[in-house]
Amino acid sequence: MEAPTWKNPVIGWIDRRLPIFTMMQHDLVDYPTPKNLNYWWNFGSLAGIVLVIMIATGVVLAMQYTPHVNHAFESVERIMRDVNYGWLLRYLHMNGASMFFIVVYIHMFRGLYYGSYKAPRELLWIIGVFILLAMMATAFMGYVLPWGQMSFWGATVITNLFSAIPLVGEYIVTWLWGGFSVDNATLNRFFSLHYLMPFVIFALVFLHLVALHTSKSNNPLGIDVKGPQDTIPFTPYYTAKDMFGLGVFMIVYLGFVFFAPNFFGEPDNYIKANPMVTPPHIVPEWYFLPFYAILRAITFDLFWGLIPAKLLGVIAMFGSIIVLVFLPWLDRSPVRSARFRPIYKQFFWIFLIDCFLLGYAGANPPEGYFVILGQVATAYYFAHFLIIIPLLGFLERPRPLPASISAAVTAKGAGVPARSAAE
Amino acid sequence: MKKILAATALAAALWAPAAGASSEAPTPPSVEWSFNGLFGTFDRGQLQRGYQVYAEVCHSCHALSLMAFRNLQQIGFSEEQVAQLAAQFEVQDGPNDEGDMFMRPARASDHVPSPFANEQAARFANNGAYPPDQSLIVKARKGGSDYIHGILVGYRDPPPEGVTLNEGMHFNDYFPGHQIAMAPPLSDGRVEYADGTEATLDQQAKDVTAFLTWVSEPTLEERRRLGISVILFLIVLTGLLYALKRQIWSDVDH
Repeated sequence: MEAPTWKNPVIGWIDRRLPIFTMMQHDLVDYPTPKNLNYWWNFGSLAGIVLVIMIATGVVLAMQYTPHVNHAFESVERIMRDVNYGWLLRYLHMNGASMFFIVVYIHMFRGLYYGSYKAPRELLWIIGVFILLAMMATAFMGYVLPWGQMSFWGATVITNLFSAIPLVGEYIVTWLWGGFSVDNATLNRFFSLHYLMPFVIFALVFLHLVALHTSKSNNPLGIDVKGPQDTIPFTPYYTAKDMFGLGVFMIVYLGFVFFAPNFFGEPDNYIKANPMVTPPHIVPEWYFLPFYAILRAITFDLFWGLIPAKLLGVIAMFGSIIVLVFLPWLDRSPVRSARFRPIYKQFFWIFLIDCFLLGYAGANPPEGYFVILGQVATAYYFAHFLIIIPLLGFLERPRPLPASISAAVTAKGAGVPARSAAE
Repeated sequence: MKKILAATALAAALWAPAAGASSEAPTPPSVEWSFNGLFGTFDRGQLQRGYQVYAEVCHSCHALSLMAFRNLQQIGFSEEQVAQLAAQFEVQDGPNDEGDMFMRPARASDHVPSPFANEQAARFANNGAYPPDQSLIVKARKGGSDYIHGILVGYRDPPPEGVTLNEGMHFNDYFPGHQIAMAPPLSDGRVEYADGTEATLDQQAKDVTAFLTWVSEPTLEERRRLGISVILFLIVLTGLLYALKRQIWSDVDH
């Protein structure tokens, strides 16, 4: 790759010593991108922008917030009432968390549909799974900070999960709490870690991008780039497309912020935390509901009580995310995009519905047939990754792939199966 | 078509238990609040009447600790009126030069003093029940304003047949479990409005609920006003960005 020459002598002077301008030219402007990316490819850059918004609003909120059990709730309300535009910052941050998960979940399902996790992008995908885990930890600790009823009881329920670990579980929970219950020490460390984690995510995102720019973007056809006729430079083409996508996203995001800021929230979190009063239904934030359903799905001990249900539930919950790490090797099909995988395509949609059913089961009390629903949906979740996907690699007969991206998406493309090109 | 019907039936069956669970406390009637919808605003007169109901009735048990008297200027009281309204309450101040705490009339900068020194005192005075702080009550309850209004008008005395109330409890249609410790706080003519509005039970309940909605979310009007300009701006900007994208992509064969 030839280093560009810079007209501006100052930029040239800096660039010869520290090639940041060459790097930016290389990765933000020249980066060769498949020319057939659809709008589902907008969500990666959107997630990056939401991360920046979260850090920016969070830094300012932290200037006004007091991490103490006696003052946290009131300090958040002071932000809402007395700090200039505090209500706006707080609602941007609160709804930003929900938007972050919506955007990232769409980004992940896009990866699942178009096989973006397959060789040579396995590490890119695995770093993504770690970003999701780091986001979940950050979001969980952030939800504790306003010190409402759901903050307190959510923190109590989730930290208590670690007590399921045999022998050392109780000690780990005490160590996490910094005491014998969720209390001031817990709030303090959660605030500290909530401020730290976004920068860990930022570093992971950087690695995610290095890996992306090494193996380059996948595309809706899932076939490799065959030559320069298949790609266009990132700028101006995808910069312009991402800006338009950002505009649409901001309308949705700010629509919630300004007109339904508590839509994703729980009324109980506007009640100050009270360790003496347990709310009737403790529910996590919506983006954790499917995992919460998996946690509660295991209601039986295994091996005559040697592995209690609680431990199994915790294993299942963490396993439901860890299984994604192994997906690149569970899926043996050589074809990436579901467009050419007629059977996988149907299972993809069933899996999506299954995730919604898990969320629905997680939102309801574990009674009656919600228990059965949660269990069936949990079983299917794991069956999708551990049985269906590996089997499809052998049983499914993929449709013929187009010769190249250019051949498939341009009018003069020759030798292309017409139907697949049109799709 | 059959598929759609079947799916609808399944969806209905799935939702049924949720509906069944909430039937324990029926949905409170929906009121046509002036602040409903995307563009609704508060009715200043109603908020001022609502403050009167809070100060004369609710305040004997319920705190409103997040509101400062100066905030009342936002609902149309003048600076002098706010000073007068504040002076009707006493707050503790100090220590003075001799090291003693003392009581003085409240000023605009003070928050509304709480009727009880602490939760224990409140429970002791209220038969063991704790009257919750009202500062965020509308946002802290499912159903919001409609629910608060429903509680205030939902009392039934005597209770419906077959219902035995516990000692000191009252029957309320909309309270979960129907047994509420709070005695009916409002009745026709409980307060006398200066603006001539007839103080029926329903009118007082609506006024104080509107006031509490404002206390829960005092920036609601500012938020919606700013939101309209922001969204309109974004729609225009996004339209232009779409045109720009089309223009830039016009030389790509794809």
